[in-house]
Amino acid sequence: MAFSSFAAFLAMGGHGPYVWAAWGVTALLMIACVWHARIERRLLIRSLTRRTRREKMRPPQSGKTAPNSLQASQADDT
Amino acid sequence: MWTFIHKWGSPKWFYAMSARVQPWCWAVSLLLIATGTVWGLAFAPTEVNQGQGDSFRIIYVHVPAAFLAQSVFVSMAAASLVFMVWKIKVADMAATVMAPFGAVMTFVALFSGAVWGVPTWGTWWMWDARLTSMLILLFLFLGVIALRGAFASRDSGSKAASVLAMVGVINIPIIKYSVDWWFTLHQPATFTLTSRPAMPTEMWLPLLVMVLGFYGFFIALTLMRTRNEILRREMNKRWVIDLIREAR
Repeated sequence: MAFSSFAAFLAMGGHGPYVWAAWGVTALLMIACVWHARIERRLLIRSLTRRTRREKMRPPQSGKTAPNSLQASQADDT
Repeated sequence: MWTFIHKWGSPKWFYAMSARVQPWCWAVSLLLIATGTVWGLAFAPTEVNQGQGDSFRIIYVHVPAAFLAQSVFVSMAAASLVFMVWKIKVADMAATVMAPFGAVMTFVALFSGAVWGVPTWGTWWMWDARLTSMLILLFLFLGVIALRGAFASRDSGSKAASVLAMVGVINIPIIKYSVDWWFTLHQPATFTLTSRPAMPTEMWLPLLVMVLGFYGFFIALTLMRTRNEILRREMNKRWVIDLIREAR
């Protein structure tokens, strides 16, 4: 242990503001990255689920045009 | 080998396999980052030789972020190359999701460096070769993101972004050798393949743990977001529709 007390740990030998600012911003941004990826996934799954539910309600023939609220016309193949 | 590439190049296969790999990547990276954080912040000895005191503990976020910033760019360029040569779409999707993370890491490296510079150099910014080339890297990342979004057709955007990523790789050796080629405030490389680090083991070992943890984080996040990108681009494909239907 490089510090004698928790207060000394927070003070970082007088460099506290610098150390905690650098670490804080790093931690915040990395957590934000994970959070963003999770939200992104949840929203995608939700909108895709909603689309299948909609398609189930209408007869299969008219479902060919794939009505969806997201960007349509992305059915590029290969 | 070719079947391996072909399998991983198939979005459906990638989606299924990455689901298995991803939890392990997260577990390993979080374990490494947690270990490195506690070790680096509380247990590594205070720097005394250069009189930096505890401000040197910024190294444990600064160096991993700077490593990642460059590695993400190289990975993105490699993925772009694979996409351009073999038309493998998953490579383009991976390149797409890597760019924002690379920009974040470059920003973290610049920010932590600036904050570190105040007590150590007495200034937060200098137009020095290393700092300037890192700033250019940030603009390259932002440029790749902007260029991708600037086209009406996704295919044109992908191609343009790929070309910029491949050309932008020129900047990476410039960053790496900037500390040798020009007179600079920035210290030379912390880790080299040829010699031992210039700091005591109990200082660089947690740094190594942190660097590995950041790499794991990059892999895990890229897998996670590539999966999202696959869902977004393949949403009208049979297998995605079936997947969603089965999940309900």
